[in-house]
Amino acid sequence: MLDYAVKRLGLAVVIVSVAMLLLFSMIYLIPGDPASVALGPRATEAMKAALRERMGLDQPIWVQFWNFYSRAWMGDLGTEVLSERPVLTVVGEQLPYTLALVAGGITWSVALGIPLGCWAAVRRGSWIDRVVGVLSVAVIAVPSFVVAIYALLIFAVALQWLPAIGAGKPGDLGDQLVHLILPSLAVGLGWVGYIARIVRASMLEVLEASHIRTAYAFGLPDRLIIYRYALSIAILPTVTLLGIGVGQMLSSAVFAEIVFSRPGIGKLVYDAILTRNFPVVSGAVLVTTAFFVLLNLLADLIVGALDPRVRSSF
Amino acid sequence: MNVLEINELNVSFATEEGVVHALKDVSFTVPERRVVGVVGESGCGKSTLINAILGLLAKNGRIDGGTILFEAGSDLTRLGPAEMRALRGVRISTVFQDPMGALNPVISVGRQMANVQYRSGRSQAEKMALAAAMLRQVRIPDATAALGRYPHEFSGGMKQRIAIAMALMMEPALLIADEPTTALDATLEVATIELLRELQEKIGCSVLFISHHLGVIAELCDDVVVMYAGEVVERGTTRQVFNDPRHPYTQRLLECDPARQAQRVRRLPTIAGEIPDLRCRPAGCIFAPRCFRRFDACAKAPPEQDIGGGHVARCFLAEQPETAKERT
Repeated sequence: MLDYAVKRLGLAVVIVSVAMLLLFSMIYLIPGDPASVALGPRATEAMKAALRERMGLDQPIWVQFWNFYSRAWMGDLGTEVLSERPVLTVVGEQLPYTLALVAGGITWSVALGIPLGCWAAVRRGSWIDRVVGVLSVAVIAVPSFVVAIYALLIFAVALQWLPAIGAGKPGDLGDQLVHLILPSLAVGLGWVGYIARIVRASMLEVLEASHIRTAYAFGLPDRLIIYRYALSIAILPTVTLLGIGVGQMLSSAVFAEIVFSRPGIGKLVYDAILTRNFPVVSGAVLVTTAFFVLLNLLADLIVGALDPRVRSSF
Repeated sequence: MNVLEINELNVSFATEEGVVHALKDVSFTVPERRVVGVVGESGCGKSTLINAILGLLAKNGRIDGGTILFEAGSDLTRLGPAEMRALRGVRISTVFQDPMGALNPVISVGRQMANVQYRSGRSQAEKMALAAAMLRQVRIPDATAALGRYPHEFSGGMKQRIAIAMALMMEPALLIADEPTTALDATLEVATIELLRELQEKIGCSVLFISHHLGVIAELCDDVVVMYAGEVVERGTTRQVFNDPRHPYTQRLLECDPARQAQRVRRLPTIAGEIPDLRCRPAGCIFAPRCFRRFDACAKAPPEQDIGGGHVARCFLAEQPETAKERT
């Protein structure tokens, strides 16, 4: 188990390094000079040159990358172009909002997707199964920003049940949760469909297994067989799938944060790109990547905890 | 007293290609404390028979007639799902063929054995103690520690012994063993058979032992039921059926047993032809198309012919043993 965790951590370092290289080259290739954008049209060439020097933009590309790479591992993601605040602090301020949003998305997709998939499988061929089949495809097909806009129009504007913008009063957990409902639904709705389909398929497979037949032959109650004997196996692929899902939810969080005017990494990156605030862009993307890799590792460890067969193969 | 008494049982399945008559007029009994073997080729209706007894027929399956009397009382074909569930795992237990897949992979052995006792009213500690005692009886080493392990941590033979322990833990009146040794290698097979026999005598239950392995049947069973294409073609004591088979199918089946080949043969004997299509059963004797003793009368279904001493065969010629001339 420890061996496995160490191996996976090593792999995580490689993945994050590759992500950093891609990120760095992407920013390098974006047209526009950060110094002139930051200083505005009235800046003199000398001022721009001074800023470029201070940002290290005058050095050869590989030196720039090495500086970026080595400092990043020390937690130094540079400073914001204008306010000169450390990027890590800026990103750290916004990160909880986005993580809450993704956690909300996961909650929606698990809380709805698993029961729907399970019911559809147990009542295979019934109207529930058909409705779940159609609905799951429908919600997978609709992009999250469309869900966000319609959720906003229906529940916030027309019905006025839920707030339309913002993240709620700081310190007021209840208010923040109420503000989280619609944006997290927008982030997680597509995954309700994915998870319902995956759970249905793997549940149908498990229900055919001979150990389920044994359980029935021993007269165990249906509920115990379905939820403990079958579902606990059928949800295993879901955990792995959610590890990947987190990545997609992080990117749909950008749209949700813009539509609902929520603070968060997505909004931060969006604004930073518009203002050529590259250290913030790269810092935010880097932190997000690290989280994605970490959560994938976590998903694999959870599968290990849930499945004794995987656990002993670690 | 008969623990199980099956009379004229008929089971059919509605499929897209038509109605499959999987069991036709099946009758036999499982007396108290006896081991009854059911033998037949694959597709002869052995699994359907088990599922019909357990009340676990697939949704498209239907009992068209007949009775399954259990412990001289209730007719299992008439019991509701809840009443059937009350019997399963308590009065009727089952050991299935595939020991690799028969236990749940993500629940510990002890927990699975405790779950089976959910109706016993015992405390969790008592359930675990009984489970450990049962594992000791089937010679699982370090039984207490084994309770916390998962099925994949045991070998195939051990898994099958755990399955047997689980089935006999509630001391059922009837144990249904569905080819329990087929997936095991030969030495394990013998050990498992001996273990089953030993526990059966200790608990005093009856066993319905399903197998296509004639040697195992001969070794273990008191009585034998020979099935062919969903019908019982011959039944009697093991000695009667094996030493004096009266139905041509039983005779061919015994000839085909590799263990009975006296000398090396280049090609093992087989029975020519195939099992008939159960969607349209032939009007007469079910074995007639493959039988070399068939004659005009076989166009009508033969009744069960009593040969004496409980030995019965469904063949017009049952009382005329075949001559040496006919065999060649």
